[in-house]
Amino acid sequence: MVRHFRPFYVAVRARPFKHRSCMNFTNFINTFWANTISGLSLGAIYALIALGYTLVYGVLRLINFANSEVFMLGTFGSLAALWILGVPSAGAPKAGIALLGTLALMLVLSILFSGGAAILLELLAYRPLRRRNSPRLVFLISAIGASLAIAEAVGAFGARKREEYPFGRVWNTRKNLFKISDFDVQVRHVMVIGGALIMMSGLALFVNKTRLGRGMRAVAQDAETARILGVNVDHVILITFAVGGVMAGGAAFLYALFFEATRYNAGFLLGVKAFTAAVLGGIGNITGALVGGLLLGLIENWGAGLFGGQWKDVIAFAVLVLVLMVRPTGLFGETLGRSRA
Amino acid sequence: MNATPSGDTTPKTVNKITELLGATRRRKGLGIGEKWNALPKQARICIALVAVALLYLLPWINPPIIRTEDTDFASLLAGTVVPYVLVALGLNVVVGMAGLLDLGYVGFFAVGAYSVGVLTSKHASLPWFLAMFIAIAISMVFGAILGAPTLRLRGDYLAIVTLGFGEIIRLSAQNFGWLGASEGISSIKRPPSIGPLKFTVLENKGYWVFGLSLILLTVFLISLLETSRVGRAWTAIREDEDAAELMGVPTFKFKLWAFAIGAAVGGLAGAFYAGKLNTIYPRDFEVQKSILFLAAVVLGGLGNRWGAILGGFLVAYLPERFRFVSDKRYFFFGLVLMIMMIFRPQGLLPRRLGRGRAKGIDIRKHRAGEDEDDLGVVRSSGRG
Amino acid sequence: MIKNFRFAAASTAAAMLVAFGVTSSQAATKAKAAKTVTCAKGIKIAFMGALSGDNGQLGQNMVDGAQIAFDDWNKANKNCQIEFAKKGSSSFDSQGDPAQASPLADKLLGDKKIVALIGPGFSGETKATMPKFEEAGLSMITPGATNAKLAENGWKQFHRILANDDKQGPGIVTLIKGKGAKAVGVIDDASEYGKGLADTVRSGLGALDVANDTIDPKGSDFSAAVNKMKAANVDFIFYGGYYAEAAKMVKQLRDAGVKATFVGGDGVLDQKFIDNAGATTAEGSLITATGAPGNVNPAFQAKFKAKYSKDPTLYAPEAYDCAQVFLAAIKAGKPTRAAISAFVSAYDADGITKHIKFTPQGEVAGDTVFSYQATSGVLKYIGIVK
Repeated sequence: MVRHFRPFYVAVRARPFKHRSCMNFTNFINTFWANTISGLSLGAIYALIALGYTLVYGVLRLINFANSEVFMLGTFGSLAALWILGVPSAGAPKAGIALLGTLALMLVLSILFSGGAAILLELLAYRPLRRRNSPRLVFLISAIGASLAIAEAVGAFGARKREEYPFGRVWNTRKNLFKISDFDVQVRHVMVIGGALIMMSGLALFVNKTRLGRGMRAVAQDAETARILGVNVDHVILITFAVGGVMAGGAAFLYALFFEATRYNAGFLLGVKAFTAAVLGGIGNITGALVGGLLLGLIENWGAGLFGGQWKDVIAFAVLVLVLMVRPTGLFGETLGRSRA
Repeated sequence: MNATPSGDTTPKTVNKITELLGATRRRKGLGIGEKWNALPKQARICIALVAVALLYLLPWINPPIIRTEDTDFASLLAGTVVPYVLVALGLNVVVGMAGLLDLGYVGFFAVGAYSVGVLTSKHASLPWFLAMFIAIAISMVFGAILGAPTLRLRGDYLAIVTLGFGEIIRLSAQNFGWLGASEGISSIKRPPSIGPLKFTVLENKGYWVFGLSLILLTVFLISLLETSRVGRAWTAIREDEDAAELMGVPTFKFKLWAFAIGAAVGGLAGAFYAGKLNTIYPRDFEVQKSILFLAAVVLGGLGNRWGAILGGFLVAYLPERFRFVSDKRYFFFGLVLMIMMIFRPQGLLPRRLGRGRAKGIDIRKHRAGEDEDDLGVVRSSGRG
Repeated sequence: MIKNFRFAAASTAAAMLVAFGVTSSQAATKAKAAKTVTCAKGIKIAFMGALSGDNGQLGQNMVDGAQIAFDDWNKANKNCQIEFAKKGSSSFDSQGDPAQASPLADKLLGDKKIVALIGPGFSGETKATMPKFEEAGLSMITPGATNAKLAENGWKQFHRILANDDKQGPGIVTLIKGKGAKAVGVIDDASEYGKGLADTVRSGLGALDVANDTIDPKGSDFSAAVNKMKAANVDFIFYGGYYAEAAKMVKQLRDAGVKATFVGGDGVLDQKFIDNAGATTAEGSLITATGAPGNVNPAFQAKFKAKYSKDPTLYAPEAYDCAQVFLAAIKAGKPTRAAISAFVSAYDADGITKHIKFTPQGEVAGDTVFSYQATSGVLKYIGIVK
């Protein structure tokens, strides 16, 4: 892939700067490629979760606040797959068909959990509100309620303290593939970034080439006209939620492989970040979600490298504010309807 | 509530019944308000006075069923309920009256609390009341500083930017040693005793009386604002910002005012909180609090100050009242929020409709089925 | 380790007598008749701390340990039954949150039958509620709040039965230096406890400390901190924080190929640290605590094991000692807040974890720091740090 790529300063470890105030340039430079690759990996997960926000927002102009919990449930889907298969807590990793089968089941269950949760959310929490023509803020509060209820249900009825790590028994995703500067790029980095790109391309194809996708774009642009033209709007909305859920499920699967851990509150902060990423790129815009996610991951890690981890989120949010000052609708503007992703 | 979409397949009879039910419910709902208005003025004043007196005496009456069995009622009222109610009142100005979605309101709460902490304990030893006023002023300035660059953003962008600012404020408090960093600020001063009102370590009732007075004063000041030119401008902005702008309302200026006034009330709440608990930590001001605050305002009834008070009270009170479900408290709270939004989206005490001013934007419009959006999704025309 | 042989022997004897069943327990009562204490009905000693929420386990450990002392007492003193207020309507479960603890403290003080308090469990809630206990004259002993500054407030009712973080920090430094460290990285979780302890370690390490970072414990990804440690090429990493994030942290360090020995404080001392990180990942990690190990007293260990079918967990022996101090106070005099407060301040006797005698600031003597190592999937006690 990038094997031939030699960064310009390779092998030249930065000389320690005279330690000045709060900025640590030495560390920034020494960890540049490491932070870049890990930032992109996390950014890829942000991007996939951001899609859940962006799709729903594009079609409904609604912040689906509970998307973070949809994702969190997906991580438990992967976990459930390992329980079902009875993956032992010790022993050699699987190989061949067994490995593919396990991964497939993990992915399928993650997607089922997330997609199912997203669909249920639409049916139970949002559709009744639409029937009543409720104001948008009511949707938001319902979403917040759903988010609290789901996270706390998982926490209170089981997994508050539990963090399971049996994923490593499936596949050694920590194998070093190649080096960029000093940093060992591992299977998991390639998996996450590659996986996110594949899912995103799939989504772009779906939205642009299929009938349902066209329906989504039509509803996003003008729901009333779409209905007059024979689009089943409720159906399209349900599909939108489902697709957002599937993306969150994919993100959950990749998260499971990447971090090999999950918890009832794994979703909240990631959700906030993913939403930030969606807004950064231009909410409602698929390309925007991708670029916003990757960019946010990079900014966070570079910022943490330069200023220290305690300023990571401050930097991320400050960049968001600055970007919105210059481009009030994010880097790529809004509308799903006109997106060319 | 009863606006069944035209394309619905429900049989006509059922349709009619729901309509009738809806109608009675609506009539009943308005009935209370009508009855209240029909009462002679003296009667209304008397009832209001008795109600206020009862509220003041709440910790002394310590009413069974209402009181919290598992935690100290007076302490809860003074230390948790008062700050939440004040916060809900302030947030209601921003979200309910001016229609600006703020997800980082806890930031102003933090600014108020930290101002008092810094001024009475960490770096100075000012008298408490002076510190309180300075805290309000600082919060107001913060509101204006954060509002100025962001208020030009549209609704949902504003939401995430405010959320970001709330986090930036919390993280700054956590990272700057000058603000106490992770250890927070302790030994914050208490308000000095005013005659029989004592604010000692173990005395909660004094705080309640003081806090309730602050709440009533805030309500009074806000209602003055609401009926003034400012209030009318806010209504105009909320209903349709573009139209308001066209009609010559300087929307930006009034939005900034809403933000600053909301921030000031948030700062007051924070100052009170710091004066009551005497110890503050950065983690008291996490994003989740902002979300709870917003839930409080909507739960109570967006745009209605009495609703905001009720919402703030419930959000502070319910989890402590139902301590016995311990770990599952917030699970049930989440469910209640969802169910409420389905069956009573306008909140427990909806904004009063039709009295020449502030018409309930969406609720009323959609009840009457005026805004025929096939999706049923409100594309808030007033940007946020 | 058993500093008090007499005590251990006596309590084993009592336990054995009880075990003989009805007749023998009558015999025991008769035998002890001369010594039994009579007191008013319904006297309570309360526990306050986290019993639910993310840190609920630590509070539960304390309750478990103290309960043993109350069980023994109530069996031995039929005429002076003391209720250990920790459940149902007299539960003071603060979830470790200072804001929740404040009204709970008021409720606790409002219950005049409560004569003493074991807890609060954590430093933050202690700082927030201590002025109330001080004002009300309720004697408290904390089995777990280790923030050093707590003792500097001039509180008379404040007592702490274990060494504070200012003593643990140097212990950690000694441990790391003793292992021949050349470059150390220090990471904290920005919490009051984690950052406080990490800062003590930082200043103790001086020039040995070559890389510092802070993480957000709620986040999933610690790669920025991990990359920093990797670039700094450290051979030891100290993490100030709690076990859940420590597990995540050590995992991500190993994933990135950082081989440095992982060191944690008492917040990390939990079997779940190893369970979560995985036995091979956590292998060799060093953990310190000022809380005594579970085997500090075999008699206590046996009783604990019989009741909960596991070894005593962190802070359980300390909580047991707290309870013993208060029960001794009740035995010695009137079960009132004032009498107990006076008794505790003058207390001078051996407990199961150490000799207990409080300084005027409320600290106990001794700065023993115990150390453990993750060895084949379990936490193995490796001795006192010297």
